[in-house]
Amino acid sequence: MIEVEKLTKYYGRLAAIKDVSFRVESGEIVGFLGPNGAGKTTTMRILTCFSPASSGKATILGMDALDDSVKIRSQLGYLPENVPLYEWMRVRAYLEFVARAKAVSSQIRREEVDRVAESVGLSQVMGMLIRHLSRGFRQRVGLAQALIGNPPVLILDEPTIGLDPKQIWEIRRLIKGFSRNRTVILSTHILPEVSEICDRVIIINKGTIIAEDTPANLIRSYGKFSRCQLEVAAPEGEVKQLLSGFDGVNSVKLTSGPEEGRVSALIEASSRPDLCPALARAVTNKGWDLFELRRLHASLEDVFIDLVTEEAEEEASAHEINGKEVA
Amino acid sequence: MHGFLAVFRKEMSNFFVSPIAYSVIAIFLLVSGFFFWANVSFMSLISLQAASNPMIAQRINLTDVVIRPLIQNMAIILLFVMPLLTMRLFSEEKKSGTMELLLTYPIDDTAFVFGKFLAAVALLLIILVGTFSFPILLASVAQPDFGVILSAYLGLFLMGAAFMAMGTFISSLTENQIVAAAISFGAALLFWVLSWTSSLVGESTGGVLRQLSILEHLESFNKGILSAPDLSFFILFIAFFLFLCLRSLETHRWRG
Repeated sequence: MIEVEKLTKYYGRLAAIKDVSFRVESGEIVGFLGPNGAGKTTTMRILTCFSPASSGKATILGMDALDDSVKIRSQLGYLPENVPLYEWMRVRAYLEFVARAKAVSSQIRREEVDRVAESVGLSQVMGMLIRHLSRGFRQRVGLAQALIGNPPVLILDEPTIGLDPKQIWEIRRLIKGFSRNRTVILSTHILPEVSEICDRVIIINKGTIIAEDTPANLIRSYGKFSRCQLEVAAPEGEVKQLLSGFDGVNSVKLTSGPEEGRVSALIEASSRPDLCPALARAVTNKGWDLFELRRLHASLEDVFIDLVTEEAEEEASAHEINGKEVA
Repeated sequence: MHGFLAVFRKEMSNFFVSPIAYSVIAIFLLVSGFFFWANVSFMSLISLQAASNPMIAQRINLTDVVIRPLIQNMAIILLFVMPLLTMRLFSEEKKSGTMELLLTYPIDDTAFVFGKFLAAVALLLIILVGTFSFPILLASVAQPDFGVILSAYLGLFLMGAAFMAMGTFISSLTENQIVAAAISFGAALLFWVLSWTSSLVGESTGGVLRQLSILEHLESFNKGILSAPDLSFFILFIAFFLFLCLRSLETHRWRG
């Protein structure tokens, strides 16, 4: 269990995080989202006892991050952002060093290293020098060192960055497969990843938490618009006339359909749950052929960009955050 | 001292996986071997002259002509070589980012500093043991005074360890290894020559400078004298810089 209360960290006069509070129960996988420089890494560094906070309190497994630093660190696995490893070491020697550093007893050290290596798929490269490993294997070595000693708390800073799709899928499966008594915090830039593996999301921007909920709830509460995709066989002018006269419709984007005589339309209406059925009725009343009618769901990406830009607008900040970078 | 062995073993293997240890040991043995050979040759030359002049023969002995100059030369080579062994201890970890990971392992800061420092000291020990072949060679043909030799070796070892403590601290201040080596070397040299100026400044300042100078404290070891002030100078010197290193580590944590 991780509990954070009013955590603040200054670098010089710049506050990297301000009054951050949240709670992660044991068995939970929590995603930490935010644009670059939002304070994700800073928060993680405080939780891993690498760097103390300027003020506030962080409690991990009931112990204070400042007072019981060494005790906490023995219960913790951490994967830093750029996966710093000893290039000159062989994989096995490195993992054995980590096991020794984490005080895994000498009788089970070899087994533990083999077990972890097996679980992240490192077995065939154990004898290789780390500097000769590919990006994907380096990432796995990083994950392996975090997993050694079977720590109940895992803090992973962008665990799937730089991996190919198959490796991403494997790592995600691995994280999802962690036994349910583990507490996992992971930060990421890949939003579908969060919806897929996290129980809960904490969105942080400019050092403060701006949203905290399950991915599904976030999407539900922040999806301001209902959107539909429609494809009918009808003259473009008539379709436009019908749709723009529709109750609650904000905007209509018309494109010519895939075949002659068909029209595609993207309709955005201010929250109206019965938009699709109403459209279907109107189209059939006109006697047009309906080829496609689909409700478009808001994605976490929409929510995220929405939240972050909203925040930026509220603060009338001159710097516009580039939402695309996050995706 | 939780985690000391892990750090110590890692540092030792780093020395021996890379060519660092081999090249430093080889160079040290080569250069000090050269001095040994030169000293012994000189000894045999003046012994020949002494054969015809009994007055000189009484005044030359193995300790003064071979051992003492050899130890002094080795001390100077150590001065050059120590920064090469300590420069990477912390700066490499800082530069590559491994420090961040290392500081999140359940390792005490003390164990961290001692693990690194003692690994370097172990290497120093290996170097000195390697050079011990010189007195043993001498013993096969003559009777060198092993009391003086052992005391001089202890002096060399303490001096080397003192430079290493300072080098370890300086390495923890920067992430650039060249900068760490340059500053360590400069600082060691200053501590070495500090007493040379003692006669130029006032009586009391000169006394302080003499007390701080490494050369001054090394002198008695070379004469075969073990004195408490000299021993405690080196021990305090080492403790002081290791303490600073610990503080520097703490600063590193706070800066994040």
